[in-house]
Amino acid sequence: MTAVESSVAPVETVRRRGYGRWISVAVLVVLAAAPLFLAPFATTTLSRVLVFALFAVSLDLLVGVTGLPSLGHAAYFGSGAYAAGWVSINVTAEAPVPLLAGLGVGALAAALTGWITARSAGVFFLMLTLAIGEIVGQVANTWESVTGGANGLTGVPAVRIAGTPLANAGYAHWYVLAVFAIGFALVWVVARSPFGDALRGIRDNEPRMRALGYSTSYYKYAVFVLAGGVAGMAGSLLAAQQRLVSTADAGFLISSLMLLAVVIGGAGSLWGAVLGAALVVIVRDALGPTFDGHGPLVLGIVFVAVVYLLPRGAAGLLRRRSG
Amino acid sequence: MLVSILNGFAIGFLLFILAVGLSLVFGMMDVLNLAHGALFLGGAYVGATLAGSWGGFLGALAIAAVGGLVGGVLLSLMTEPLRKRSHLDQALLTLGVALIAAELLIIAFGDDPLSAAAPPGLDGSVSVLGAVYPTYRLLIIVIGAVLALAVYLVVDRTRVGALVRATVADREMVATLGIDNRLVKGAVFAVGSVLATVAGVLGGPIYGARPGLDATVLILALVVVVIGGLGSVRGALVGALVIGQIDTVGRVLLPDFASFVLFGALALVLVLRPQGLFGTRAVAR
Repeated sequence: MTAVESSVAPVETVRRRGYGRWISVAVLVVLAAAPLFLAPFATTTLSRVLVFALFAVSLDLLVGVTGLPSLGHAAYFGSGAYAAGWVSINVTAEAPVPLLAGLGVGALAAALTGWITARSAGVFFLMLTLAIGEIVGQVANTWESVTGGANGLTGVPAVRIAGTPLANAGYAHWYVLAVFAIGFALVWVVARSPFGDALRGIRDNEPRMRALGYSTSYYKYAVFVLAGGVAGMAGSLLAAQQRLVSTADAGFLISSLMLLAVVIGGAGSLWGAVLGAALVVIVRDALGPTFDGHGPLVLGIVFVAVVYLLPRGAAGLLRRRSG
Repeated sequence: MLVSILNGFAIGFLLFILAVGLSLVFGMMDVLNLAHGALFLGGAYVGATLAGSWGGFLGALAIAAVGGLVGGVLLSLMTEPLRKRSHLDQALLTLGVALIAAELLIIAFGDDPLSAAAPPGLDGSVSVLGAVYPTYRLLIIVIGAVLALAVYLVVDRTRVGALVRATVADREMVATLGIDNRLVKGAVFAVGSVLATVAGVLGGPIYGARPGLDATVLILALVVVVIGGLGSVRGALVGALVIGQIDTVGRVLLPDFASFVLFGALALVLVLRPQGLFGTRAVAR
């Protein structure tokens, strides 16, 4: 299995030295200029793609970099979205506050639940995150005084910067893009750091890392909390962009679709996660109506096809330890 | 309180019927079947559409059983080519199948929640130790207990059961003895899926049938399996009864935080016994 296990590495090496930096700058410039030439609806869709792209990037930190396939990551995305929405309504919508609330609550939720998941790996990790994610989703559904229950948290005000609300789709897009860039850079730096190398070591051979003296469950816990925090950031963007947080945003379907995004994009490649998220969101939101509202059906078929046809993409998810 | 405890048993036995197939397929073949909840939902929709008369109820059970059989064999065949790859790929495949199945069910039965009626004669209430209790739920307890006993006896006392237990313990060894893994896997997959769809019909009058129910019951079944230990029939039974009680009594005592109680139980078991109450294999691998 060694050949398959290292399939992610070469891509990263090339990107580290090649024109990656210039491509990134060009992409950021195009994304920043988008509201100038796109219709407001298209701008909104693009912002939405960026929200879920940041979510997918944080998930990829777990799935691709550390080899921890989470199916409950929407729990932290949802916690962050509710926290940001709640703070915006009840305290202030002034720029960094909802963002920090989302980040903090996302990380806190991950810290409270992660100590169980950090001790497991592979399919067991998948199972536990699935269960925990669904339980958090149910809390969102029942804790009506804070989350609005099944009706969702409505009436989230637009984010304000220095007192000016960003009501216009274009301004909101720039806010989303700025936070996306910060979050992406954060994950990118972590993935490139010695800490990130240790995470990849855990992904490829956890027993060996433990034998080398790494406290692997500590590393897994730390990355879980970090990924939860970034997912919370993405959640705060959702609250700002959608101006509404519903229980569906914290649920199982979002978690599974984002895992699909990471798998399609090629686990371990952060840009891949962004592209995967774009594909998934566009298929679900834009093409969904043309399939009579059954976007998830198309995505399910894509899911099955990806598993059969892209073994490398899926193989990046879990380094097989034994049979 | 007595009513809650009885409810806990009804839910618990229902969960056992649902979870035991999931547990055995996972324990034997490392296939985490995330489409298991969709099978349950399929049964629930069939039950909600047909039940209301005895003929409809029994017909729904028969249709669900055939559907489960076909579904189980299909899933077994679909996961077979991925055998050489990681068992995670198989989990992802069944997740894709679950998404497709859930959408197809919505297309077939609509978005609105359906409620299923208990068959005539069972839709009333009886008096149990002074408390008024729905007859149908009492029947669920009886059917669940009988099915649990049957599964337990088959797995624990028969030659077929010995083969199943041996495969859970050491798949490679059984293969070495010349027994075709694929047949064992297909059979257990089929039986587990039939139990899931039948649980869906039986659970219809309690849970109804609605989009999203598949995920809810899948989570409950997973928690049961994690608490009880993988591949253990006794573990699935004890886990299901414990979760049934926690879910119902917890809802009565702490209505807002029943989900937290469920999570607490899961956490407690995993901290004290990471392999589950009756599991033999460590969760952390």
